[in-house]
Amino acid sequence: MDLEDQANVNRLAETSGTDGMVVLLGQPDANSAGLFAETVTRGDPTWAGPLAGVPLGLPVYHVLEPEIKEQMDGDLYDEHVGLMELSADVEEIIKWVAVYRD
Amino acid sequence: MAGLGQATVTLLRPSNRRAANLETIPLSPTPAILSASYALSHAPDLVRYGSKPVREIGRDPSLLPRIAGSLRPWDEVVAYPPNQVFIGNLAPEDLASIPRPWYENRIDSASPSGAFGRMVSQPALYGLMKLCDDFDLLAIDGELAEQAGFDLVDFDHRRGRITGVDPAELRTLAEESAGLDLHHDGRMAGFIRTVHDQDEALTASVLLENLAGKATAVLAFSDLLRNSGIGAGEIDYLLNCGEEAVGDRYQRGGGSLSKAVGEVVGCVNATGSDIKAFCSAPVHALIAAGAMVAAGVHKYVVVLGGGSQAKLGMKFGAHLRNGVPVMEDCLASMAFLVGPAGGHGMELRLDLAGKHPIGAGSSPKAVYEALVVEPLVRAGLGMTDIDKYAVEMHNPEITEPGGSGDVPRMNYRTLAAMAVLRREIGRGDIDRFVAERGMPGFAPTQGHIPAGVPYLGHALEAMRRGSLDRAMIVAKGSLFLGRMTQLVDGVSFIVERPAVARRTG
Repeated sequence: MDLEDQANVNRLAETSGTDGMVVLLGQPDANSAGLFAETVTRGDPTWAGPLAGVPLGLPVYHVLEPEIKEQMDGDLYDEHVGLMELSADVEEIIKWVAVYRD
Repeated sequence: MAGLGQATVTLLRPSNRRAANLETIPLSPTPAILSASYALSHAPDLVRYGSKPVREIGRDPSLLPRIAGSLRPWDEVVAYPPNQVFIGNLAPEDLASIPRPWYENRIDSASPSGAFGRMVSQPALYGLMKLCDDFDLLAIDGELAEQAGFDLVDFDHRRGRITGVDPAELRTLAEESAGLDLHHDGRMAGFIRTVHDQDEALTASVLLENLAGKATAVLAFSDLLRNSGIGAGEIDYLLNCGEEAVGDRYQRGGGSLSKAVGEVVGCVNATGSDIKAFCSAPVHALIAAGAMVAAGVHKYVVVLGGGSQAKLGMKFGAHLRNGVPVMEDCLASMAFLVGPAGGHGMELRLDLAGKHPIGAGSSPKAVYEALVVEPLVRAGLGMTDIDKYAVEMHNPEITEPGGSGDVPRMNYRTLAAMAVLRREIGRGDIDRFVAERGMPGFAPTQGHIPAGVPYLGHALEAMRRGSLDRAMIVAKGSLFLGRMTQLVDGVSFIVERPAVARRTG
């Protein structure tokens, strides 16, 4: 995860607290989705960014997960996520995000 | 556009050399991309002055030796498989069969000279910058100048300008002037000065970016002239699509680097301008060049783009963290000759140019509908009538360590998903669509460079062999990065083998 994004997540967590905060990912492949999920739960695994050693334990989901999809407007979802749903390895992405969330 | 009437008009050339020549050219010629040229200039000691390294080294100076220790030597850069594809010694299809990581599976006996491109050493790059320097911005030491002259022995223009100063003079210059030290082979070997202490557009770092852009564009353009056989004096117009911003405090990004580049290679009959559209600029420029040719405004137009100094070492942090080489170590450049088709080259189907209109929306579906599907529907073609798509051709080995994924693969899978939605292929055919109509990314991550156009050299070769009929070049640009709009941009065009164009035009 980009160092600036890590800094933003860290700042939000420090200023607003993590209660009620959910991270919603949109990465189109399992590797990067897993890396992002790990960063906002256990901390930056590369120990380079502001979240290094900061296990925020935030609930993290991917936009392709069914419980997210069912909360969104169907037409809007098809317009913005439909192509990724068709082209991405959805099962693998969900599996790796769940590894870090759970 | 193919098949238009070939009425003719007589033009009197204004130049002295050609003034006596009455030339007949078609009034509405079919435009074609006639030649393509690419170059990679090895720049390991300029990586520290990339935008990201400068900021991060300023924060943590211990990063500088770590970066230096992770840069590749010249022979590894030459033998790096994606670089060999970029200059035309390997086809993109060959790269697909080379196991990753490519930086460990290098090509034996690799040559820096390719079918339509070449790689040059860092001394050659400094030499090119020196011969492009019209304002004594840059000084290099005598040893570097001598090496540069040797490495550029076959270069056609201004080699006499590659001169050096003695090291003591260089040190004095650096001590008494504002500017940037330049390095080579572990020593301070050059200096570029700040021109105006109150003008942010004329600081040494900006001038370095601009001079590097100019020098690398000159290299690709010079090779284009040599390889295509066209005389420099025959070029009418130049369109620069690079990412630099040449200007001063009253007009940052004023341009026109095109004319500055043309001057060096001897295009005495040409003028030019720059086209700016973030990463999609080269495709905008090629469409504009084709339109100029088709309209009879100009006969030969060259589209050119130099390398992006700011993007050297852009993802170095991820590379260091993952223990891979810092691979953004070369400035890439390119040049394309656009002119009347005349039975050779690739015909540019201007009637099938695609665009992402302001009102189209920015979802992936909306973008690809506009750029890919709409032009095809207009032509009565399907997505599988395109033999090869060239999208953003970023080398995945550079982008994956930072979590950005394999950009071309994601784009190809998205295109395949569009074909599924259009019921042209089944969902189970996505992998085959990607394998057959896509290719692995092989271009350096220099913004405008990967934007589909690195494939044009390969497409030309394949069409000459008769193994490719039709390709679509698709480029997208992140306009929002400039904070003036939330919009993205995109443009596309189709190139066809002449015989195919005559059947379908």
